[in-house]
Amino acid sequence: MIGAVRYVLRYGFELIERPFDRLFGPALNPIAQLGALGFFFFWIVAVTGIYLFIFFDTGIDRAYESVEHLTDAHWFHAGVMRSLHRYSSDLMVVMVVVHLLREFAYDHYRGARWFSWLTGVPIIALLYVSGITGYWLVWDRLAYYVAITTSELLDYLPIFGEPIARNFISTGTLTSRFFTLMVFMHVAVPLFLLFMMWVHILRISRPRVNPPRMLAALSLIALVVVSLWKPAVSQGHVDLARAPVEVGLDWFFLPLYPMTDFWGRGGVWVFLGAFFLIVGLMPWLPPLRRLKAAEVDLAHCNGCARCAEDCPYEAIRMVRRTDSLPFPTQAQVNPSLCVSCGICVGACPSSTPFRRTQSLKTGIDLPDYTLAQLRERTITAAQELNGAARILVFACEHGGGAAHPGCVALPCVAMAPPSLIDFVLSKNLADGVAVAGCAERSCFNRLGKVWTEQRFAQERDPYLRTRVPRERVATLWTSALERGRFEQQLMQFANAVAAFPPAKPRVQPPQPEMVRTAVHEAPIPVEEGSAPPC
Amino acid sequence: MLNPIRIVGQLGVIGALFAAVALLSNRPVYRQTPSDTGIVMLTFVHGADRRADCRRLSAEEIAKLAPNMRRTEDCPRERRPIYVELDVDGRTIYQASLRPTGIARDGPSRVYERFVLPTGQYDIAVRMRDTARIDGFDHQRSERIALAPDQMFVIDFRNESGEFVFH
Repeated sequence: MIGAVRYVLRYGFELIERPFDRLFGPALNPIAQLGALGFFFFWIVAVTGIYLFIFFDTGIDRAYESVEHLTDAHWFHAGVMRSLHRYSSDLMVVMVVVHLLREFAYDHYRGARWFSWLTGVPIIALLYVSGITGYWLVWDRLAYYVAITTSELLDYLPIFGEPIARNFISTGTLTSRFFTLMVFMHVAVPLFLLFMMWVHILRISRPRVNPPRMLAALSLIALVVVSLWKPAVSQGHVDLARAPVEVGLDWFFLPLYPMTDFWGRGGVWVFLGAFFLIVGLMPWLPPLRRLKAAEVDLAHCNGCARCAEDCPYEAIRMVRRTDSLPFPTQAQVNPSLCVSCGICVGACPSSTPFRRTQSLKTGIDLPDYTLAQLRERTITAAQELNGAARILVFACEHGGGAAHPGCVALPCVAMAPPSLIDFVLSKNLADGVAVAGCAERSCFNRLGKVWTEQRFAQERDPYLRTRVPRERVATLWTSALERGRFEQQLMQFANAVAAFPPAKPRVQPPQPEMVRTAVHEAPIPVEEGSAPPC
Repeated sequence: MLNPIRIVGQLGVIGALFAAVALLSNRPVYRQTPSDTGIVMLTFVHGADRRADCRRLSAEEIAKLAPNMRRTEDCPRERRPIYVELDVDGRTIYQASLRPTGIARDGPSRVYERFVLPTGQYDIAVRMRDTARIDGFDHQRSERIALAPDQMFVIDFRNESGEFVFH
């Protein structure tokens, strides 16, 4: 059931995201920057809120007048700031909701990612409380409606001895102190929201908290234009003798308020309780089955820290050396944070398949899918290749190439060390190598696509060596629902490779018994031309 | 290399999305009740009499108490429920026995009810019983009112004066 919902949602997202990719490019695609845009709008709300506070008066009568004054008399700065404040808040809600749906659709919430998901749940509640207290401060008819409905909802809970909604039904019961309290809440709750946003990204390596500058600039310009086109205005002063029965609602912050008329206050609380309970339990409905966490082999670890640098989940840290090898540090894996993506294996300079004198061991490896097994599968898959151009596909199991017959599937394409590409081509196991990952904007393991491209471009260790003919290596970024697109790109690549002159092996191809020896860890001599050991 | 046409397209898409958000920021208008109606609200917080009178403790009972807790009277904290009725044009639209709040049932009873009525003239009568009596009422008030569109007519009770207030 949950899987079906996820599939439908994912299909919907991909329908939207690909056209956005064409217009914005994968790097600027706003749908791939939802979290960063959420932070961006938060900062706009914070800055504009501080500016508006200069003009705001917390008096019972002065609150509305001060807001009207800044909106009308100072429309060109304070009025625009008010609109920016309002619309940025709404956009933050949009970003949070779509971000939540997208992470659910792409299955980015189970396993080790439970922490980010769970800490995101209170962010929703805090965001709504921040917005609702803000609407209260304006003290117009909408504020009156919000005050009455909120307090009626709170009165439903057996917490308050006296109905707080009674404070809003007659003059004299409400004082200026109340607005001071609301200002305090409207400042304190967003501060706590910011704290939770920080906690939310604690377990993520290199979190994107700022959108690309171009996207930020475009968003700010669009916000200012919309603010000038449709300024945020009040809805008339509160008249306690008149019920606020007709209001222009903010449907982003207040969609549940009309529901109190249909479901009753108890119904709204049941809905909220069920929503937060279900969303909070989502990472375990059902839990993600994953491979065993990566393990460090100290005999092959020189403490270079590349695995820790490349891990997208902060699952590896460098600690003081515990053996007698002459290196100051060693890698240490936190199994509870590891998602077994294998990116660390691809980052380790020991992960070279060119071995003859020793077994294929690396400094860090996946127990359930070792580098030796990867090399064996690579050689086996290469033996099945035929046709005008033999293309070996290394496919991410979350991308469009995963279903390709004869591919070598990986938890993430960045698990394949660049030396493995070199190994395939230099031994003439294939005429070309296609590395097929997730779509550019939605790498399942966050950084696998970036690290792969940087390694191939020799911008990040370990490099794809210069001797590897780049025209025989292709990176194909397609989502799991874009198999047709993947096959089309693969066909184009195969046709291009077929037109090249036949590749000549520079080194002797591996013999089957040599492969078996390597897998079973018997010593074999180092080949000439192999990558240097770390 | 920046492509101006592409940037204009990007700005147009972002602007359109933001404009849609701005529109939904206070539209469509929500109307809670029909336009030709007003609201009569019955709300007050009032504590009824204690359920039982204070009882003088016997010397034996006092002796059983801890020395620092000794007192001469035992006064049960629990209050009686309040019985309320609201009539509109002679028809009872609300009647309830309101239990006292609090774990020990020693807090005041409370009511917060709203009634949406078509605009027009009404005879409103409200009655309350907050003592041990079985028949009749301890507090009551009736009045003919004119309910205007969207008007909030509040029926409150002032504990200080012990009378209902219409406003």
